[in-house]
Amino acid sequence: MTAQTIDIRADTGLRRLYWAVSDALALTKRNLLVWWRVPAFIVFTVVQPVMFTLLFRYVFGGAISVGDHGSYVDYLMPGIIGQTAAFGSIGTAIALGLEAQKGIIDRFRSMPMSRSAVLAGRLIADVGRMLVTIGIIIGVGYAVGFRFHQGVGSAIAMVALAALFGLAICSVSAFIGLAIKDEESIQAFGLIWLFPVTFVSSAFVPIQSMPGWLQAFANNQPMTAVINTLRYLAVGPTPGATTLEPHLWQSLAWLFGILVVFGSLAVRTYRRLS
Amino acid sequence: MDEEGLAILVEDVHKSFGSVRALRGVDLAVPRGRVLGLLGPNGAGKTTIVRILTTLLRPDAGRALVEGHDVVREADAVRRRIGLAGQATAIQPELTGRENLEIIGRLYHLPRRVARDRAAELLAAFDLEEAADRPAKTYSGGMTRRLDLAASLVGEPKVLFLDEPTTGLDPRSRIAMWQIIKRLVASGTTLLLTTQYLDEADELADEIVVIDHGKVIAAGTAAELKDRVGGDVLEFTVPDGQQLAAAVAAVAPLSESEPHVDRETQQISLAVGSRGSAALLEAVRALDAAGVTIEGLVMRRPSLDDVFLAVTGHAAVAEPSAEERRGRRGRRPALVSDDGTDSSHSGDQRRN
Repeated sequence: MTAQTIDIRADTGLRRLYWAVSDALALTKRNLLVWWRVPAFIVFTVVQPVMFTLLFRYVFGGAISVGDHGSYVDYLMPGIIGQTAAFGSIGTAIALGLEAQKGIIDRFRSMPMSRSAVLAGRLIADVGRMLVTIGIIIGVGYAVGFRFHQGVGSAIAMVALAALFGLAICSVSAFIGLAIKDEESIQAFGLIWLFPVTFVSSAFVPIQSMPGWLQAFANNQPMTAVINTLRYLAVGPTPGATTLEPHLWQSLAWLFGILVVFGSLAVRTYRRLS
Repeated sequence: MDEEGLAILVEDVHKSFGSVRALRGVDLAVPRGRVLGLLGPNGAGKTTIVRILTTLLRPDAGRALVEGHDVVREADAVRRRIGLAGQATAIQPELTGRENLEIIGRLYHLPRRVARDRAAELLAAFDLEEAADRPAKTYSGGMTRRLDLAASLVGEPKVLFLDEPTTGLDPRSRIAMWQIIKRLVASGTTLLLTTQYLDEADELADEIVVIDHGKVIAAGTAAELKDRVGGDVLEFTVPDGQQLAAAVAAVAPLSESEPHVDRETQQISLAVGSRGSAALLEAVRALDAAGVTIEGLVMRRPSLDDVFLAVTGHAAVAEPSAEERRGRRGRRPALVSDDGTDSSHSGDQRRN
């Protein structure tokens, strides 16, 4: 009895952190193995951004004037990459919703594992999946004429920021999934909010082409800050982002804020699941 | 029994979900190494008790201890000592049986090699060695349940909770599951088992607690509960519905309590005490004198179904009539409540 009490006390600090990481990685492995066995899911998440790339490059692209921004494909690809990271988050909501509904999360909660592991393992795996998708999309971009103009270091920084953006959106999605739980409702509502966020931004068209009232929203929402930064890192200065600094700091502030707010909401919802 | 010897102690636990009072003051005590069968219809509160004892829900009032640890204040200590398996599965269908168990071993903080050995050992013990490296989604229902039970044992729990472990299984898988559970119990694990199946509680449990509408309504060994019915049970069917009333009137004097009539199956059952074949003869004579034709007359030892009927006044798994089905709300089966408010069954009720 006393030995156990001591054991619990010793289970703090570093030890606790060690197990939190270990538990999260065990569940990351579990999630990644599922995709390894059912690659169809990855294929489906890739099909959509590939389609958007081709549609905008060859269907809408001709009608969209980006002025001094250079070629449209260079303008487009950072936007597509941002959208890919955002839309990929639907998988987070569906997976967590299903696990909550099927009682898998209950089983985990009855085990002596870290409370954060289910969420952390899901987010790590989802960001991994997102990186694979982004890699494929960059490949497709290269096939249709896109090029990085700022060197390898800058390209890597762009991918890293896109992944961080994806992580932030996944935390929103995790909250939605745990709160709604029902798969069909998640399918229906999990993506809808992302449409205005991605399209009313600098992702596909210059903001100057929008009516003034819409510009007010587009200029002051996180997607625009992130896309401007991604674009600067990919192709260098453009009229939308002549320097890196304000856009990068704005992006990081937004993403950090979203992660803190929705991360804690997701954790809270997870703890109260019943 | 003092608290020291108890694996599970539940004292006056209440739990409500909104306006639904799921538990209305439940007490339980399970000594170490014993099997408690928690028996009751859907919605009786069985799963709520299990969820409180496995730290998934907090009780509104009262306290619950597992191996001496409070499920709210010492939830982590409780989690280290329990295993949970039931209808909801911990199994990831895309992963193999072995991968499922190894990852759960890692979540119990077993070193990699130990987790691997533990998985192999459990797969062998549950007759899953051949299927070990196939994705779990290719398993039959019985195999999935066995894998799920194996998963709940990875952490070598002192107290195991099985929430309706055989619901939905075919009879053969069910019996195989019973054998596995009996083996576990023989090795000293304390077990709390919930079930809707009276024969399952009878087969596995040392002690049975009958729960209905969030309250314990009877407790004892299977034999003690059966004694409450009052000896042997005589049962027969009246093919002509018009003769049901006459049949009841004819046999009522033989019965220890009011005969039970199931209007859907037109079956009558009555407790006839320990008069043996004499009761059988008297029943046949009385029915013959009343001009009632019967079918399938049997005299048998009371089952837990009879017990349930005797203590609650309604059958354990009541088939709701068409009008009740239309009128009922939620998932709770339309059963007569123990305060007798459901008039549609009042003619069938009996008390002792």
